Amino acid sequence: MQLNQLTITEAAKGLRSREFSSEELTRACLAAIRERDKDIHAFLKISDRATDAAKEADKLFKNDPDTAPPLTGIPLVIKDNILIEGEYCTAASRMLENYIASYDATVIRKLKNQHAVLLGKTNMDDSAMGSSTESSYFGPTKNPHDLRRVPGGSSGGSGAAVAADMCIAGLGSDTGGSIRQPASFCGIVGMKPTYGAVSRHGLIAMASSLDQIGPLTKTVADAEILFDAIRGQDGFDATVAPEDSFSDEPMPEKIRIGVPKEYFSDGLDPDVKDTITKLLAACEWAGAQLHEISLPHSSYALPGYYIIVPSEVSANLARLDGIRYGYHESKSMTLFDVYAQSRAAGFGPEIKRRIMLGTYALSAGYYDAYYTKAQQVRRLISDDFSDAFAKVDILIGPTTPTPAFLCGEKTNDPLKMYLADIYTVAINLAGLPGMSIPAGFVMRDGIKLPVGLQIIAPRFHEKQLFAIGKIIETLP
Amino acid sequence: MITKEDVQHIARLARIELTPEEEERFGHEISAILKFVEQLNQVDTTGIEPMTGGTHLEQIVRPDEQIDTSIEHRSGALIESAAETKDRWVSVKSVFE
Repeated sequence: MQLNQLTITEAAKGLRSREFSSEELTRACLAAIRERDKDIHAFLKISDRATDAAKEADKLFKNDPDTAPPLTGIPLVIKDNILIEGEYCTAASRMLENYIASYDATVIRKLKNQHAVLLGKTNMDDSAMGSSTESSYFGPTKNPHDLRRVPGGSSGGSGAAVAADMCIAGLGSDTGGSIRQPASFCGIVGMKPTYGAVSRHGLIAMASSLDQIGPLTKTVADAEILFDAIRGQDGFDATVAPEDSFSDEPMPEKIRIGVPKEYFSDGLDPDVKDTITKLLAACEWAGAQLHEISLPHSSYALPGYYIIVPSEVSANLARLDGIRYGYHESKSMTLFDVYAQSRAAGFGPEIKRRIMLGTYALSAGYYDAYYTKAQQVRRLISDDFSDAFAKVDILIGPTTPTPAFLCGEKTNDPLKMYLADIYTVAINLAGLPGMSIPAGFVMRDGIKLPVGLQIIAPRFHEKQLFAIGKIIETLP
Repeated sequence: MITKEDVQHIARLARIELTPEEEERFGHEISAILKFVEQLNQVDTTGIEPMTGGTHLEQIVRPDEQIDTSIEHRSGALIESAAETKDRWVSVKSVFE
């Protein structure tokens, strides 16, 4: 086994026993990037500080190996919408093509405090709006399992980099499935924390009532290590909840798994359904109780999401005005033209579509019909989950309705692209933690494509989510 | 559903200049998305309190004190991010025509 193929857990152990150095581990990842990334294009920028950071970590192991934090010397990748001071942060958008971050995101500070090695910034859909990483201004990322297919999105670069062993683990962001869906398509673990678990200070905001930063990793144990490293209160993000919000309850002896019947209906690919059903049977065999449950407002999650997100996007992206930072159209004659022409040139089509849709939904005369209505439906969706968690400990279903689709298959039809997130958006609307873990493979054109299983827990039940994930991960 | 005039009006509010082709295309696409979200009207939401955010926290306050000293002396970097500057100022086109 090569060093770049290791998990966080394995690498941390090897570093501590001085089996190899962080510099060797980092060089193995950089070699894998040189070899594979010309085909995959997971990276937008490789950091030139990575080997220096690795040498620093090695010094720490040499001087004081017992107190080194868990991520010391571990090479990680960061989605390019998370700020690292002094480095480009583009959100894969022309608007921010030349933007250099003037401070560290809180999650980056936490990783730097642990002496993690930040290998580079990864590709994503333009401004995190998309489900395939095809809308990146810098060109698409390919799925390591089949280069003709998408890696999912919007955190497709981090997903592909982890799946292709070009790093040990990575960070992404998830507004409606952007961590879990690429994890599912790439055959890795991807976890979206409870809304309010992780600070978003220094994350380029998309839809602020939904955005969360989370880990993309090779195992559930790794996801827990990375989540523990980045979570916690922060004076820069008032939505982060106090430590005592997290549940400490032990898992019951006989775990009650709720299976939402709405997640197994018409749109689900039969092979994906088969894979998930088999794994659920294995859970039952291992001692869990399966309960069919209903989330009656499930079908309204996607339409609700596509009012709430564009509305928040239209307000959030007003800051990109072509004046203070970002793309600037210098030929414009008036202030209005600076705004309108800079934004016309800087934003990709999906961003323009969402800003205009949101502007319309929030405009006088339409606000109640669209925005208030969507927020009321959001409440009902959230209540569905509360009702379900009164009867079961955890919910399990597919992460995505299909395995990774072909490049170009959905780029001409926004609504078709939106459907890739049909099982993930409701979890963001309700603010719950969710995790996609590999469930098996399906065959497409003679190639094995991964399928992800989504585990959904009550708010702040991350501990229980990881505990169950670790059990399911080991099932045959 | 959405007329060409609607699209032009929204684009002006959103400060995005559109080409005639974009006006045409976004008109169709936004109409299709609005038709898709119309199914929300099937849900009876009488008396349902809108869920206005993702958190249950309320009234989060902290003393108005500087909590981060590492951001000091960085105003220069912020001004340098702007495309047009003059001395220590961000320069903009005249607001009134």
